[in-house]
Amino acid sequence: MRWTWFHQWGSPKWFYERSGRWLPWLTAAAVVLLAVGIVWGLAFAPPEKYQGNSYRIIYIHVPAAFLAQSCYLLMAVAGLVGLVWKMKLADVALQQAAPIGAWLCFVALVTGAIWGKPTWGTYWVWDARLTSMLILLFLYFGVIALGNAITNRDSAAKACAVLALVGAVNIPIIQKSVEWWNTLHQPATFKVTGKASMNAEMWLPLLLCVLGFYCFLGAVLLYRMRTEVLKREARSSWVKAEVGRLVEGRA
Amino acid sequence: MSFASFSEFLAMGSHGVYVWSAYGISLAVLVLNVALPILARRRYLQDEARRLRREKPLQEKES
Repeated sequence: MRWTWFHQWGSPKWFYERSGRWLPWLTAAAVVLLAVGIVWGLAFAPPEKYQGNSYRIIYIHVPAAFLAQSCYLLMAVAGLVGLVWKMKLADVALQQAAPIGAWLCFVALVTGAIWGKPTWGTYWVWDARLTSMLILLFLYFGVIALGNAITNRDSAAKACAVLALVGAVNIPIIQKSVEWWNTLHQPATFKVTGKASMNAEMWLPLLLCVLGFYCFLGAVLLYRMRTEVLKREARSSWVKAEVGRLVEGRA
Repeated sequence: MSFASFSEFLAMGSHGVYVWSAYGISLAVLVLNVALPILARRRYLQDEARRLRREKPLQEKES
């Protein structure tokens, strides 16, 4: 197996050039997938037998909850790569993913609470799924605060990487919480094995929304990372040339 | 289409308040997540442009 694909990520210049090419495609995919998925889910999917139309919140709640966890796993992987191979880009990815993940986690919690009112009769219960998601939000806050509190960049990178890795233990807890404890929260809608618990008219738009959210996360993350790379590599000649090109007309 | 009219679509079968507030908040968060990085990048480039303008006369004097 050739490892060149992995070593390329060690070069911020390579990343900047490549991500510039990926960004428009990811953005377009996110817009199209989210627009189709949400319009389909809101207006065309049939109402649910017991919950009526309130279940349509699923088309943002599930993708946001899904992505909040995926984003944390991404941070844990970036943390591991940063610790083991000292890759500069890994810390950029970790730091820039944290605020997006925190916002997605916030959306999952808020839409879940709003959905809970007509379905369970309450906005919030301290049950396993909800509590472990709240802990995920606090873990995001922890990574963000830690990154801002330590001025030395290498120390901050190390501390955030360790926190991201240790906090990753919460992800399987969130996943299994509906099986391990008695909860109000319904079990997973999608399963890798076995049939989905919804009919296709309902889960197809959900799948589009999940994919759309993934593209959204990818696009926003790349955009944020590109700005951060320009800041961190400000002294290298290719960044000077690129910034010079970008500010042309302003200077 | 699972709704007979637009007003029915807005009402969401008496759950309109919940559905639309959830979607509204989510949309606001998504917009924020796009707008803030764009503003941050623009601000950084403006700062860099200002710095380059300041430094240019110095470099010319030196050379």
